[in-house]
Amino acid sequence: MSFTRNLVVLSLALSAFTSVAQAKELVVYSSRQDHLIKPVFEMYTEKTGVKISYITDREAPLMARLRAEGANTPADMFMTVDAGNLWQAEEQGLFQPVQSDTIEQNIPEHLRSSNDMWTGLSLRARTIAYSTERVKPEELSTYEALADENWKGRVCLRTAKKVYNQSLVATMLESIGEEKTTEVIQGWLANLATPVFSDDTALLKAIDAGQCDVGIVNSYYFGRLQKAEPDVKVKLFWPNQQDRGVHVNISGAGVTKHAKQPEEAIKLLEWMTTEEAQRIFADVNMEFPANQALDSSPEVAAWGDFKADNVSIEVAGRHQPEAIMLMDRLGWN
Amino acid sequence: MARPITAHKLRWQLTAYLAAALVLMPLMVLLFSWQDIDHQIWSHLLQTQLSRLIGNTLWLVVGVGTGVVLLGVSLAWLTSLCEFPGRRWLDWALMLPFAIPAYVLAFVMVGLLDFSGPLQTLLRGWFGSDFRLPPIRSTGGVILTLVLVFYPYVYMLARSAFMAQGRGLMEASRILGQTPWQGFWRVAVPMARPAISAGTALAIMETLADFGAVSVFNYDTFTTAIYKTWYGFFSLQSATQLASLLLLFVFLALFVERHAQGRSKRFPANDKPRKGALYRLSGPLAWLASSYCLLILSIAFIIPVGQLLYWLLSSGIADLDSRYWSLIQNTLLLGGVAALMTVTVAILLVLAQRLQPIRRVRTAVATANLGYALPGSVLAVGIMFFFSFLDNQLVVPLQAWMGAASPAPILLGSLFALLLAYLIRFMAVAYGPLDTSLARIRPSLPEAAQSLGQSGWRVFWRIYVPLLLPGILSAALLVFVDVLKEMPATLLMRPFGWDTLAVRIHALTSEGEWTRASLPALTLVLVGLAPVIVLIRRSGRR
Repeated sequence: MSFTRNLVVLSLALSAFTSVAQAKELVVYSSRQDHLIKPVFEMYTEKTGVKISYITDREAPLMARLRAEGANTPADMFMTVDAGNLWQAEEQGLFQPVQSDTIEQNIPEHLRSSNDMWTGLSLRARTIAYSTERVKPEELSTYEALADENWKGRVCLRTAKKVYNQSLVATMLESIGEEKTTEVIQGWLANLATPVFSDDTALLKAIDAGQCDVGIVNSYYFGRLQKAEPDVKVKLFWPNQQDRGVHVNISGAGVTKHAKQPEEAIKLLEWMTTEEAQRIFADVNMEFPANQALDSSPEVAAWGDFKADNVSIEVAGRHQPEAIMLMDRLGWN
Repeated sequence: MARPITAHKLRWQLTAYLAAALVLMPLMVLLFSWQDIDHQIWSHLLQTQLSRLIGNTLWLVVGVGTGVVLLGVSLAWLTSLCEFPGRRWLDWALMLPFAIPAYVLAFVMVGLLDFSGPLQTLLRGWFGSDFRLPPIRSTGGVILTLVLVFYPYVYMLARSAFMAQGRGLMEASRILGQTPWQGFWRVAVPMARPAISAGTALAIMETLADFGAVSVFNYDTFTTAIYKTWYGFFSLQSATQLASLLLLFVFLALFVERHAQGRSKRFPANDKPRKGALYRLSGPLAWLASSYCLLILSIAFIIPVGQLLYWLLSSGIADLDSRYWSLIQNTLLLGGVAALMTVTVAILLVLAQRLQPIRRVRTAVATANLGYALPGSVLAVGIMFFFSFLDNQLVVPLQAWMGAASPAPILLGSLFALLLAYLIRFMAVAYGPLDTSLARIRPSLPEAAQSLGQSGWRVFWRIYVPLLLPGILSAALLVFVDVLKEMPATLLMRPFGWDTLAVRIHALTSEGEWTRASLPALTLVLVGLAPVIVLIRRSGRR
């Protein structure tokens, strides 16, 4: 059968191709999107000559793929966004520990896995956005206060299906307990001006257009909107400055357990924590660099300093199922 | 009297079983998920989620099903049997919305019609800040959007069915004293029923599998629950269990549909296809017909494309670089090869069913069509597990045994795996038009050829293929455009460097960058337009 023969020829050709491709080429699976990692990888290739191939997808499918491929995976590094996802990847045994002085020096401890499985690379604050027309910053104080009656019909939220909200609620479960968290979420939902949004950008635009007055968003979405529409009538507020601080989430990466070139992968990971790489990595998405030696970009710095919630990032992962079930029960869709 | 099974019959049976096995392989993986059950997640789902999700899903199915039939049949009737101003170009233009992916129309609709969108902002400027339109992010909004992207399935199939009915029958009904309206209900629609229900089934399966569009509206369906269980609880097992329930539902629905169709008669084509219009509309009626068609076309295509263009010009154009050529090339190549593969297998399937109409073959063929109702990622996961199993257990040990320096998996992450995923997913899309096309070939024709001493192979090439050609073209078009739009399986299974336009759209929309996504979205629509226009015009009335 000629089909079978073709198949054999094809697979031989493919295997020849894959074995050639393995020379000095790193493979990264990433749920951080293409346009946010490409400039960083291009710079690395330019500097070192090491080529980087990558596949982007949502985190769960990538993790499933890593697990299915097992010891034969081509991936040397897994990169993802959100602490809960990083924790989950660690739980599933997808990473190998990396002992590196460079990384320890560059990235503060609470932004790394306690087992050295992954390291954070950039930070984003999930904070309160408010209408400059209808809200005075003095009226705002904490996430919890948005549950108060005077915000009735004025709050916008994003869907609970987004991991950013799941992580926010997970850390609230840790800090203020289940009973209080339940009350707060009930209050938020009772205060909703409109059904929850599927993304933060739409939420910010709704505040700008007057559909609601306050909402909870990731800082970089505001940054992008402000860049596109400089006269947008929305600002960021840093809540909970008197107690635990603003909820901060991370993006990060680790070396996969079955990396074919672990030394090369570690080199790349180390380099990504250096100032040179951090500059692009954070600025391309208007995030805060995880390397604390760096200042934020001028646009980001303009939002002002804030106290961040230093609760261990891993908490978000551990409490995530609990958080989702709570939000489901309360009808946060 | 039992007839001996000839080699030729066995071959057809085997073909059907093989195709069914192809689909069953990833489905089996789903069934294996039932080995044990995560009680915590299931009791949570049962208590808080499932009743609402099933309700939502049923609303959507009923709403979209009704909508696509109403729009598809009425438009097909007008453009294929009547004459009115603009009919000539509306005939093919009404197929254009098919080039717009559901997730793209969804974000355009929300962007355009939500509170903060340009339309409502404008209206608030005119009528005061309390002015509100009915909310677009609602059940009605989702249904409207999905109807507008999926009605072309019904339109296309119903249109060719109406045209194939020939002039004689409707004229006979007129002579027998039926009004045109009665003729429509009593003759044309019953005769076109297999085509209409095939189109509706496709639209409903797309609806059930849709994740992109419903998540833009944040409308929770069974499919969103599958993803949430997977992405949120990281329980791929519970997610595949949910998916297998969805599949069971589809299987039952298809079974009922086929059963019902089995009782209604199929009509062979009239030998003389219609040349001119049956009804020449004039005066207000003609203008009504034109405005109706134009209205649908505007809402489903012209306005959304205009909005995408506006976004492109206002922000997205900066992203245009040479990489776009490779994106377009990848997209076209994948679509073309997948269409070829899928149509080939689908032809074998319809013929197997025709030549061996026994129950086992029918079941096998029905099974081979199931892939379409699966959410893309779930299907992809099934295939992925299967291939990585082969890679790990077979390919890599074999390479090592043959002395390869660095044995590496070759199936998962290969083009072959991705194309197979497309084949399984879009089999039903190719099958529908081919099946209706075959139904119009009188069995006497190939029988005559055979009795004149033609071999099976020659009958296939000289009778079936030429007569099936319209069906083959429609099938290829549908699969091609569907592959262009496909996102989840492409995301998971594409080889390195095989990014497509849909992948690009995902990268941007998942970051909330809707306006920047206008560039790949518009490109995707443009790429899909050419085949849609070419094929629909080929089959047009002269």
